[in-house]
Amino acid sequence: MRLTLNIWRQKSANEPGKMVKYDVPGVSEHMSFLEMLDVLNQRLIKQGDDPVVFEHDCREGICGCCGFMIDGVPHGPQRGTTVCQLHMRYFKDGDELYLEPFRAEAFPVVKDLLIDRSAFDRIIAAGGYVSVNTGSPQDANSLPIMKQCADMSMDAASCIGCGACVAACPNASAMLFVSAKISHLGLLPQGQPERDRRALRMLAQLQEEAFGACTNYGECEAACPKGIKLENIARMNRDYLKAALSYREEASAGGAA
Amino acid sequence: MSSVAVPSGFGRTAALFNSVVGKKIVMAVTGVILFGFVTVHMIGNLQIFLGPDRINAYGKFLQENVELLWPARIILLTSVALHILAAWQLTMLNNFKARPVAYVKKAALVSTYAARTMVWSGPIVGFFIVYHILHFTTMHAYPGVAPDDVYNKVIYGFQRQPAAAIFYMVANILLATHLYHGVWSLFQTLGVNHPRYTPWIKTGSKLFGFVIGMGNCSIPLAVLLKVLPRTL
Amino acid sequence: MSFTLDARIPSGPLENKWDKAKFDFKLVNPSNKRKYNIICVGTGLAGGAAAASLGELGYNVKAFCYQDSPRRAHSIAAQGGINAAKNYQNDGDSVQRLFYDTIKGGDFRAREANVYRLAQVSVNIIDQCVAQGVPFAREYGGTLANRSFGGAQVSRTFYARGQTGQQLLLGAYQALERQIDAGSVKMYSRHEMLDLIVIDGRARGIVVRDMVTGQLDVHIADAVILATGGYGNVFYLSTNAKGCNTTAIWRAHKKGAGFANPCFTQIHPTCIPVSGDYQSKLTLMSESLRNDGRIWVPLKQGDTRTADQIPEAERDYYLERMYPAYGNLAPRDISSRAAKRVCDEGRGVGTSGRGVYLDFAESIGRLGQVAIEQRYGNLFEMYERITGENPYKVPMRIYPASHYTMGGLWVDYHLQSTIPGLFVLGEANFSDHGANRLGASALMQGLADGYFVIPFTMGNYLAQVKPGGVDENHPACAAAKREVEERTKTFLGINGKKTVDEFHRELGQVIWDECGMGRNAKGLDHALARIPEIREEFWKNVKVPGSGNELNQELEKVGRVADFLELGELLVRDARVREESCGAHFREEYQTPEGEALRDDQNFCHSAVWEYTGDNQEPVLHKEALTFDNVHLQQRNYK
Repeated sequence: MRLTLNIWRQKSANEPGKMVKYDVPGVSEHMSFLEMLDVLNQRLIKQGDDPVVFEHDCREGICGCCGFMIDGVPHGPQRGTTVCQLHMRYFKDGDELYLEPFRAEAFPVVKDLLIDRSAFDRIIAAGGYVSVNTGSPQDANSLPIMKQCADMSMDAASCIGCGACVAACPNASAMLFVSAKISHLGLLPQGQPERDRRALRMLAQLQEEAFGACTNYGECEAACPKGIKLENIARMNRDYLKAALSYREEASAGGAA
Repeated sequence: MSSVAVPSGFGRTAALFNSVVGKKIVMAVTGVILFGFVTVHMIGNLQIFLGPDRINAYGKFLQENVELLWPARIILLTSVALHILAAWQLTMLNNFKARPVAYVKKAALVSTYAARTMVWSGPIVGFFIVYHILHFTTMHAYPGVAPDDVYNKVIYGFQRQPAAAIFYMVANILLATHLYHGVWSLFQTLGVNHPRYTPWIKTGSKLFGFVIGMGNCSIPLAVLLKVLPRTL
Repeated sequence: MSFTLDARIPSGPLENKWDKAKFDFKLVNPSNKRKYNIICVGTGLAGGAAAASLGELGYNVKAFCYQDSPRRAHSIAAQGGINAAKNYQNDGDSVQRLFYDTIKGGDFRAREANVYRLAQVSVNIIDQCVAQGVPFAREYGGTLANRSFGGAQVSRTFYARGQTGQQLLLGAYQALERQIDAGSVKMYSRHEMLDLIVIDGRARGIVVRDMVTGQLDVHIADAVILATGGYGNVFYLSTNAKGCNTTAIWRAHKKGAGFANPCFTQIHPTCIPVSGDYQSKLTLMSESLRNDGRIWVPLKQGDTRTADQIPEAERDYYLERMYPAYGNLAPRDISSRAAKRVCDEGRGVGTSGRGVYLDFAESIGRLGQVAIEQRYGNLFEMYERITGENPYKVPMRIYPASHYTMGGLWVDYHLQSTIPGLFVLGEANFSDHGANRLGASALMQGLADGYFVIPFTMGNYLAQVKPGGVDENHPACAAAKREVEERTKTFLGINGKKTVDEFHRELGQVIWDECGMGRNAKGLDHALARIPEIREEFWKNVKVPGSGNELNQELEKVGRVADFLELGELLVRDARVREESCGAHFREEYQTPEGEALRDDQNFCHSAVWEYTGDNQEPVLHKEALTFDNVHLQQRNYK
């Protein structure tokens, strides 16, 4: 089949970008979307043009590197699928598609379709962990965990940090991402000691990074390639409310006072 | 060390309002109050269909219980103010700045029309509230000389100015959509989301929005269609 | 420059070696730890765990990765699980048994002491990961669930759905982010290591390229850790991520680190077959599927009927037939070769004829679709997305693909390479899997190295060297940087006619054909002649667009492919001189009458360690003899 692609080309963060039209013939339905772009890039290189830059690595939907907008939808039209696993059988001959980077103040464009998502790392660094040093913790089975809790925790933990939730959100909010980590750890006994602190610190960092607020559109949930649920945001709100209301300053050292 | 300090001490209450989730919680809590108000307000006003005596007695009851009326008014006005302030700040300070470069093409996957228009239905309803107070409470915007009783005040108010009646209906339809998204949304913001109950909450808020919208629209509509006769 | 191989294995009985080593290790005083700088390249399970653990101990760590975030390292793609000798199932598992299975699975080509230590610390890994909040699968009683995996007759594999690697990596990544927040680790994402700096015989730093600005920087430290994964992408088509490369370890090799057993490359039996020449990578279907799927091909050659039209009597469940004791759970190398054999016989399925069925009909009938969905739901979805076929209805088609490399930089018991101060962890080293790795052991090794070995051995090394002493102004730094600059300039200046990918494909095809699942002298000699030709053309005719001072993905690739073109030759050379079959290295000349790998313990019971002697020069082969005091060398038998 033959496709027409309108691709956002932007040389660097400081230069303005624009849409450029490409004709892509000879697309096989068995190709993945990225393989189709590979084919285009090979042609561009041979013509002496700059190939289209897009982020990708594992190409099996788990590393979270890839992702851009196809016709205004993060990762394209197939639900629950990253763009590397989206196959061309989903499109038909003659389709005209618009490819754009995920857009948000917190995700500056680096080049073409490739963006900087380091804001996500900083949010995790603010509290998305259990503070346990490497060493000799107790035996793994000494902490029984209800199967359903472990399963729900796993559901939340399957977030790949691709940023589709931010891209889809009309407010460019990252609540689904943050709430997934808060739920992953908050649903497990290991996550309890830091639960309040985690909610306060991660949300404070979220705000630092200039993501928007949640207005419960639900676009993030629909766009998430891993099916992370809005329920997590409710859980995060609950954690935050409890933490904000019950917070007290840390007692100073000494204890005698 | 860490770039994020946990808010501490005296600033904590302020921190709740400084945080985006805190502001949403403020909107949700004030939303509950306002939601209660519109329900009671509608039920009270629908007494107009039970005849002039009932609605006039209801008006008199409200006017005579000043010790109830003013605290209620203060709570409501504060709620409205906080609701608007939080919404305004979230929209202007966070959401509009979070995506400075717009998409060339953007699709909406699941968000409802009601959700996407909150940012417009809110201000229009807000403007309507001001107008409504000037219209029937302080009477500054009342057309001509008002009759003494509540029943005829309403009927003359709309009949002398059919445009006002139509604006009431438009504003109340927007209020209905605002409530539809707002009511389920406040549950979500306050942390209530469960696969078993959330579908019911969503259906309930749709129904609630519809009932409030229809109930409130029925009065100006009934006046325009002359279902409610003048008694003066 | 030359090296001698001293594995520094502690004396004493096998089960006490690690304890003895830990007691003998010198320690760095807590208040002195912050004076030491450590560079850690790669942030997957091994590198991420190492950087976090060393940061926790108080060292100054600089961590580097080429991805945009440490969370994206390719460890994330491991699906099936992680082994540990917990014996939670009471089915006869023990440290001794995990050790034995791993040694036997590796066809007796790994070092006993290292493997025993791996089995010992495996139990700590599970405890550590659970404490970090890794959501492993659980039973209703709240205890951890296990599944069985190829090459083992006990259930010792812990898993988190089909995303075990992801969850373990997120655990390490979160621990790393915690240290970044605490200031003990400084993270450099989107930075690619392009050379190693060796000063006075010690690894002292690296040259990195900022992949966004193109700027080259030198970083100096007291020790360097490479945890940069394997070189499976030398085949072009593999299950590795597109970015996986050999550059870090190859540059270190060229600076004096011995490269061990490069020909031990694992071909994974269960991948989705190639569909066309645009194919950019192959997708793995977790080996755990073999727990419930039955592998078969038609009995008749060239049978074009669809799977459902082939009656039971005309199907050949060849693994069950050939290996009744292990059946569909036979080790990876054996399963892969069996698949190749039936396809070579013309009984392969799918349009290309390079595929076998993995059929779940019987399990779905026995356990119900829901049970299968719970176990493998995400894998089935993935299969359907890629192929457009519903595996609940029609059997999956699978074929082997390059997946893991057991070979890597030679390391001693301390995980130190032949260059003092250069430590190599995880898949990048050669240590634990011999000639074949068992399923669910890669995650175990990466985390064992990162969490439980390097924190001890690194301390021992640093305690014996003074911190600092050299800085970025040392002439060796400028020289290394200049060399990288020259290389970049050369790449950009060739301006030939063929793209980097074209050369990479060509190389991959040669290695896959001649040095894949089956190898022979003739084919290997052909490859040894062909690869230098490709390399020569590459340096004359490759085309790299753009410039060096911008984000340039083609420039990133060209450097990696240049190194693959050199490594590829070494891989083939190693396969050529190892005139025996063992594990994944199958020389067709050396097989038993039943077609199994025939080892030659007389002549090849060693690790082959290659020393680099100069461009286009024959490398020198060193041998580390393997001695087996605790297991009996025997022909592997999975029947």
